[in-house]
Amino acid sequence: MSDLLEVRGVSKRFGGLHAVSDVSFNLHEGEILGLIGPNGAGKTTLFNIVNGVYKPDKGTITFAGKDITGLAPNEAVKMGLARTHQIVKPLNSLSVLDNVTVGACFGRESLGLHAARNTARQVLDRVGLGGRADSSARNLTLAGKKRLEVARALAAKPTLLLLDEVLAGLNPTEITQMIELVRKIRDDGVAVFMIEHVMQAIMKLSDRIVVLNFGKKLAEGSPMEVAGDPQVIEAYLGDENIAEKLMEKN
Amino acid sequence: MIFRRPMFWITLLLAAFFIYLPLRNNDAAMREDLILVAVAIILVSNLNLMIGYTGYVNFGHIVFYGLGGYVGLYLITGRGWHLLSAALAAGVVVSLCALLFGLGILRLRGAYFALATVGILVAVDAFVSNFDLWGRSTGMYLSFESYEPLGGAMHALWVTYYLIIGVMVLSMLLSLAIKRSKFGLGLFAIREDEDAAVVLGINTTVYKAIIYSLSAFLPAVAGALMFFKNGMIDPEIAFEYMLSIEGIVMLMLGGQGTVLGAALGAGLYERLRSYLLTSPKLSNFHLVIAGGLLLIVVLFASGGLIGWLYKFVPRSHKVIE
Repeated sequence: MSDLLEVRGVSKRFGGLHAVSDVSFNLHEGEILGLIGPNGAGKTTLFNIVNGVYKPDKGTITFAGKDITGLAPNEAVKMGLARTHQIVKPLNSLSVLDNVTVGACFGRESLGLHAARNTARQVLDRVGLGGRADSSARNLTLAGKKRLEVARALAAKPTLLLLDEVLAGLNPTEITQMIELVRKIRDDGVAVFMIEHVMQAIMKLSDRIVVLNFGKKLAEGSPMEVAGDPQVIEAYLGDENIAEKLMEKN
Repeated sequence: MIFRRPMFWITLLLAAFFIYLPLRNNDAAMREDLILVAVAIILVSNLNLMIGYTGYVNFGHIVFYGLGGYVGLYLITGRGWHLLSAALAAGVVVSLCALLFGLGILRLRGAYFALATVGILVAVDAFVSNFDLWGRSTGMYLSFESYEPLGGAMHALWVTYYLIIGVMVLSMLLSLAIKRSKFGLGLFAIREDEDAAVVLGINTTVYKAIIYSLSAFLPAVAGALMFFKNGMIDPEIAFEYMLSIEGIVMLMLGGQGTVLGAALGAGLYERLRSYLLTSPKLSNFHLVIAGGLLLIVVLFASGGLIGWLYKFVPRSHKVIE
């Protein structure tokens, strides 16, 4: 498997705070890579560095063989790197359809308005928002808004999708649906890099997991390896039998 | 296509009224009333591109109109240009100036941007008031001969009137075309959430610069035409601060973000203002009314008149844009 994303020695400081320090990892084509860690570990900051919202103080990001360090987010999307936000950012007074059309218009394929509308409709059907196309984005439920985030990112036709806590705040049914959706996305050939606190979900979904703690990479490996790692248990999971428990529930 | 949209035909119908009404009785007084309405529509429609479409409040929009007037009049009196080429050149020059201003201030957001636009208004006013070539605070006057190429002064007044109506139609059609384009969708995304817009792939820096510059073009052309018609220009009438703010009131009144709302607000407010200004008892009372209207709209009907219409007749969305 070749590497779609290579993160090498990336660091970012905010004043005296080392939000991310010297983190390196690879993401393979077609895989789901999980990113976990306690609150404030630097997960979202790492996302922001990968898609260009922040420029790293040190280190490089290589995407599909090209150095994209410091590339603006709007340029990263054009190369096939789309993301969702932990705190949803719907374009409130636009319709759900228009929200997704924006994603298609300005995404990797830079579609014209008409073609973008068609793509948007398809994507909305796929994430289960087809029936809400004409309502205002502000009228969606939180689960709906999270789906909208995913739909907008998908409409950009990415090769790598960054999902920032798309399961947070959803009820168990909604979580099951979202997990199905993420699986489908991966099966269509889109690699997924996701931050998640819902351990059961991330253990089930991920091919591999990276663990961050205080901005540093604590561990990396298969879900079983990570959940069995004493350091990870101490820093984040808090229960040495968690690996078995989580896997039993599968 | 834009021709299929009802709003296109509504705009043309409006233009037909503007052309026909003063012509019917060769009524110069009505022409003078309507030209003020047309100029208000031009200013507010283009202001709408910034406020209603992109979400950037511009308090100094009048700068484009005044500068356009200065560039136009200078080219006509100082360089002997024809009105048409002078007006077009004014549009181009002022758009380029706006691009330059924009590079400086468009990195600011919200209240800071709004403050910076006031700064630009004051700075341009101060510059022009001290600029020798443009007659400093006394301004510039047209000689009577300048009207000769248009067949004398009487005829020139009618010609400029119809040119202004043309610019008004272009302003409304420009708003309509942008609203229904990919470019417009990008602007709306910026208005709703600029950070999200960047992540969705919009080059917001370029988009904002283009729309700021574009929103300067037609007002500048209108300024050149209007001050040519008036035969003179000075800083006080070119950069009327109050009018700049009243433009925002007109836009909010009609309904920001809508083509017809901008025109409607401008038309209604301008008529009201003219009435109050000329009525002996209520002179200058229009500013009290402006303040009151703005308060009412902001507090109770943030979508303005068109927003109201949308609320009570949701299907009007399809016709009124």
